[in-house]
Amino acid sequence: MEATNHMAFIVAAYAAAGAVVGGLTAWVMLDYRMQLGRLADLEKRGFTRRSAPALSAPPMEQAKEET
Amino acid sequence: MAVIDLANPSRFLKFANRTIPWLGGVTVVAFAFAINQAIAAPDDYQQGATVKIMFLHVPGAWLGMLAWGLMTIAALGTLVWRHPLADVAAKAAAPIGTAFTLMCLITGSLWGRPMWGTYWVWDARLTSVLILFLLYLGVIALWRTVEDPSRAARAVAILTLVGAIDLPIIKFSVDWWNTLHQGASVFRLGAPTIDRSILIPLLLMTAAFTLLFAALLLAAMRNEILRRRVRALRLMQASCVS
Repeated sequence: MEATNHMAFIVAAYAAAGAVVGGLTAWVMLDYRMQLGRLADLEKRGFTRRSAPALSAPPMEQAKEET
Repeated sequence: MAVIDLANPSRFLKFANRTIPWLGGVTVVAFAFAINQAIAAPDDYQQGATVKIMFLHVPGAWLGMLAWGLMTIAALGTLVWRHPLADVAAKAAAPIGTAFTLMCLITGSLWGRPMWGTYWVWDARLTSVLILFLLYLGVIALWRTVEDPSRAARAVAILTLVGAIDLPIIKFSVDWWNTLHQGASVFRLGAPTIDRSILIPLLLMTAAFTLLFAALLLAAMRNEILRRRVRALRLMQASCVS
């Protein structure tokens, strides 16, 4: 059985696995950045978790200002 | 830090932030070593060079099933113990399990064409793995359908427990039915039936993929905790505006 006969299948399998795993890893990393960005944006507007120190103005006042 | 401390999402985040870079580094080193061994592995006397596809197919199958197994434990955590991280873990594991099951199906199909003469047969093992893949898609769809995460978690937990029936079917399908797919050759009672020259790279690749799985799961759980914080803050923002 010649290895070269099946090389296309082997290369395709490794390429497909690389695409699936690489895509998954990239998605997880991008999702992390996206969530951090959203949290930073909310904190900039003064909305923080109770356990976290509040930034600048209290959220209620800031929200009223925005409306 | 005791394991029980990780039940607290904030402590879990600290643990994940410290662990993920190290785990990522170890995973890269493990892959470098395992791929080197896989390239150096000899051809199989029957499969020829296509045995190298097994170095992807077997870890894909193992991790596809492991992810559902973890989701099953998490489902019990959600329904019975109402563990704070149980549904976070279940939601994070679903896309990872989907990806590894897809990898198993694609690589198996690409191995099947030169070895069996066909990409696909409706064999009990192949069909039960395809069902697992469809179950994963169903779970992801259910998470997206129900907006409230705690309500979605209960619905998903029930689907996950029902779907867990597929795991022993996948494992024992080759024993219960007459299948084209070969029987167990690594995870079986008694010693593996594979020659050491192929078994060692196979186990190394499986270990490297398992490390990657652990790193991705921790990272996806961290993302999910952050997503829930964003959701809570947006609800707070909406209530302030109204």
